[in-house]
Amino acid sequence: MSQISDRPDSASKPVPENAVAARNVSKNYGDVEALRDLSLDFPRGQLTSLLGPSGCGKTTLLKIIAGLLEPSSGEILVNGELVDGPGPDRAFVFQDFALLPWASVIRNVAFGLELRGVAKSEREAIAERYIKDVGLAGFENSFPHELSGGMRQRVGLARALSVDAQVLLMDEPFSAVDEQTRRKFQEDLLNLVANENKTFIFVTHSIEEAVYVSDQIAILLPRPSRVSEIIRPSGIRGKGADSIRRDPEYLDIVDRIWASLRSYVE
Amino acid sequence: MKLFGYTLPGMSSLILWGLLWEIVGRLDVTFFVPPLSEVVSTLISVIGTPAFLKALYETAYAFFAGVFFAVFIGIPTGILMGKSRLLDELLLPWVNMFLSAPLTALVPVLMVLFGFGMKAIIITTTLFAIWIIILNSRAGVLQINRSLVEMARSFGASPLDAFFKIYFWAALPEILGGVRIGVIRAVKGVIIGQLLISIVGFGALFELYANNFLMSHFWAVLIVLFALAFTISESLSYLERRVSYYAAKR
Repeated sequence: MSQISDRPDSASKPVPENAVAARNVSKNYGDVEALRDLSLDFPRGQLTSLLGPSGCGKTTLLKIIAGLLEPSSGEILVNGELVDGPGPDRAFVFQDFALLPWASVIRNVAFGLELRGVAKSEREAIAERYIKDVGLAGFENSFPHELSGGMRQRVGLARALSVDAQVLLMDEPFSAVDEQTRRKFQEDLLNLVANENKTFIFVTHSIEEAVYVSDQIAILLPRPSRVSEIIRPSGIRGKGADSIRRDPEYLDIVDRIWASLRSYVE
Repeated sequence: MKLFGYTLPGMSSLILWGLLWEIVGRLDVTFFVPPLSEVVSTLISVIGTPAFLKALYETAYAFFAGVFFAVFIGIPTGILMGKSRLLDELLLPWVNMFLSAPLTALVPVLMVLFGFGMKAIIITTTLFAIWIIILNSRAGVLQINRSLVEMARSFGASPLDAFFKIYFWAALPEILGGVRIGVIRAVKGVIIGQLLISIVGFGALFELYANNFLMSHFWAVLIVLFALAFTISESLSYLERRVSYYAAKR
């Protein structure tokens, strides 16, 4: 568990080293070009959002980074190493939670460790800790169908955290939960980024959500997909979770992104 | 169901049909239908006789062996067909053909191939049961939530892990449904096998009683057979209900 977190903290904020880098990535589905020659850096310890209209290939890019899809050309580097499939350095949080409906919360949270061959008592101890961290203490033996959507995604998050990967890939993780739960999640995510020293890659279609949680926003435009703009809302990052939405910079950035995206939305 | 404000227990309607049987039997309409009470008393006297126990043993042996092969070949085949497009293209036409084929017509061929003994009966039973099990397991795999499979891959599952920890469990409600129908068909298979291949077990008893016009004996054995098939089918549907809570939420 601790073999990764003892990495020195010095490499984090000021001159960020890149935890993940996409180099000239293209992806074709037959004749359809989903991604063309896309290059993007993901600074270590920060949260980068992939934002764009639907069909812009943001989930495709995330799955290529996860190793679930192969790029047609180009490469993904994680800590300087070439990705050729899923690996223990990355963990995925799914839009539809992807929980095992036949397994209890604790088995679901420990499932990533189970697949890695961690002994039962050890993995359950780790899982228990993360269940507590995400606020689900007392639900260890519940089943997914007994939980609300928000609680299920907390299980998905705990599962991704418990394998202690350096890079967390989140595919529209809050889009299937209700508005109030989503706001709570966004605040929790800010704390997570601040405390966990992990690199987050976050796919969303919500402009407000992207500006609220991101250190860096990559705007993807469709047909074929490429990065059109990178925005760093640095001025609002240091402020408390409560005041971000009232900050003029927050509102300006939201407006600016909408202005550049509106022509692509049917 | 409610009658005059009272909730009737399940299968109360059987009492009504039993009464009807008794009346028809007592009216002496046909020698084929002796009164139910006579059938029941014959049943009690027959159960426990060595002939009956031997028939029960022979039938149970062929039945369980047949079902065993149908389940342990059928489920993996169905899952693999659901996973692999190639295998599916290769096998699906055959599975569909055998599912609807009149298998009884095949039994003479099986006799030629496997002889006149227990082996041919077991294979007949398996052939009756296996196709629906394959088809249902395949259907169960085909409706698996893709993101469950991606989840397992992203956390580094080996193909074997994915098979036993994802595919099998996610398809389990459909698999159990298939096994239940397969078991019912296996009852048919084992009796047809015993009648056509070699006259043993319950098949032999049916043959014996029918040829000697021992109708109450005939019905008694039939009732035992129905009861056994019904019990097995109901315990499987109980299991099915146990897992159905997640069938809608994969």
